[in-house]
Amino acid sequence: MAEVVIAGIGQTPVGEHWDISLRTLAARAMQAARRDAGGIVPQALYIGSFLSSTVSHQANLGALLTGNAGLEGVEGITVEAAEASGAAAFNLAYMAVSSGLVDSALVVGVEKYTDVVGSRLDSAVAEMVDYDYEAVNGVTPAAQAGLVMQRYMYEYGVPRDAFAAFPMLAHANAVNNPNAMYRKALRREAYDSAPPVSDPLNMMDAAPYADGAAAVLLVRSDALPSDLAHPLVRVTGSSVVTDRLSLHDRANILAFEAAGVSVERACRQAGILPQDVDLFELWDGYSIYAVLSLEAACLAPRGEGCRPVQEGWCNLNGRLPILTMGGQKARGNPLGASGVYQVVEAAQQLRGEAGKNQIPGARRALVQTLGGPASTAVTHVLERWDEQK
Amino acid sequence: MEIPRHWRLKKERYGLVGEECPHCSFKIFPPRDVCPNCGGEAKEPYVFSGKGTVYSYTVMQDGPAGYEEAAPYTVALIQLDEGPIVTAQLTDLGEEPIEIGMPVEMVTRRIRSDGDERGMLVYGYKFRPRL
Repeated sequence: MAEVVIAGIGQTPVGEHWDISLRTLAARAMQAARRDAGGIVPQALYIGSFLSSTVSHQANLGALLTGNAGLEGVEGITVEAAEASGAAAFNLAYMAVSSGLVDSALVVGVEKYTDVVGSRLDSAVAEMVDYDYEAVNGVTPAAQAGLVMQRYMYEYGVPRDAFAAFPMLAHANAVNNPNAMYRKALRREAYDSAPPVSDPLNMMDAAPYADGAAAVLLVRSDALPSDLAHPLVRVTGSSVVTDRLSLHDRANILAFEAAGVSVERACRQAGILPQDVDLFELWDGYSIYAVLSLEAACLAPRGEGCRPVQEGWCNLNGRLPILTMGGQKARGNPLGASGVYQVVEAAQQLRGEAGKNQIPGARRALVQTLGGPASTAVTHVLERWDEQK
Repeated sequence: MEIPRHWRLKKERYGLVGEECPHCSFKIFPPRDVCPNCGGEAKEPYVFSGKGTVYSYTVMQDGPAGYEEAAPYTVALIQLDEGPIVTAQLTDLGEEPIEIGMPVEMVTRRIRSDGDERGMLVYGYKFRPRL
């Protein structure tokens, strides 16, 4: 059976790029992924972007980004699923290549967050919540996370400081990631004294929004160039699952059902169990979401999702490393692009190209991106692939 | 200005009008096109009492456009006595500390300012400690 193989990866540093436009950010990542894949011209381009229409006043990115990057005439469309936009675009590319519709597909996640400033940016990001019944009451994504965290602490009696382990791990891992926004360890005192955002959630529980673009070139194994210089990674599972958009419409706001089901489906496709992976690039847009993702994936019992991180088994040398290149918290969260960054980082680990953060012998990774409080959950399974001829 | 958008929700916003499923009697708020309990078509109006308890809450230190001047403000999930949960701001809190389980009741308040745009004020439900 033909495999879907990651032939190329590319990323730009995450940060506030006042001098770089949406199209140029995207082009840099796209070019990098194509160079890494030996210059392949992809037959399709799937774009993940959340805010381009609102913040950059730019739609029709398929035409813009193909034309700007020398790919005129190539099929190109945008996928939107809030912060999971890039992850959903990857899912679409995987489907296109695995179905045989195309031999190769380029995925680019791009977010140009800093094209406007101030409270209008908060309104733009709040488009991912229910406008009629949440946003109109002043609810933002951070408010949703605060509501979830408050209820979690109440139901399980977990203290606020238990969550500190997540941003501290993310920051420790970002030190060695040249593309990370914050390459600096986080002191415990800095967490404890961080100002509240949406109490009980503080500034260090929230991943910073930023600009960035990342790209992945998927090729069917029988169409691969024979002379690629790097190890190969194949995609063995990919699943998109949705939940009810509003927290108030859910039977249990702590269940993160879509996150759990998407892990289950992606793992079933790959024929593995979640604990069979060497790393888990999970979603830490807010610390509490990382906690609930571990629980939804059955990697921690309900109410105990902080413990694996507090006890060190999610460190780089632990049983299940997570956020290995800094996660959203310290690499930065370029919203719709983040899901593609996560895939790129997992591919670096599986190729053995993660530098000082390399997990020895990593062969299989679980990658999960959430849009909102697991309103959309996208999970992939990636594996090192040595069987090429 | 989004006038039609807010106008068409006036029953929900001012009267907490939701739905009762004609097939299974499930009480629904906010209204949905399909009953989440039985999958039947849901469209019988049902007026909620406006009484409920706090299910969760958070204090927003900054607000998005239209909410900056209200900050800090408290957003809550309210479990209505009839069953459904609704998202709303808490108001008239005074010195009383907020707690999960606290009884609250619906009031009508301005829920969004016009910013600097001389636009439309939006009114709707908030919840206050039960008198």
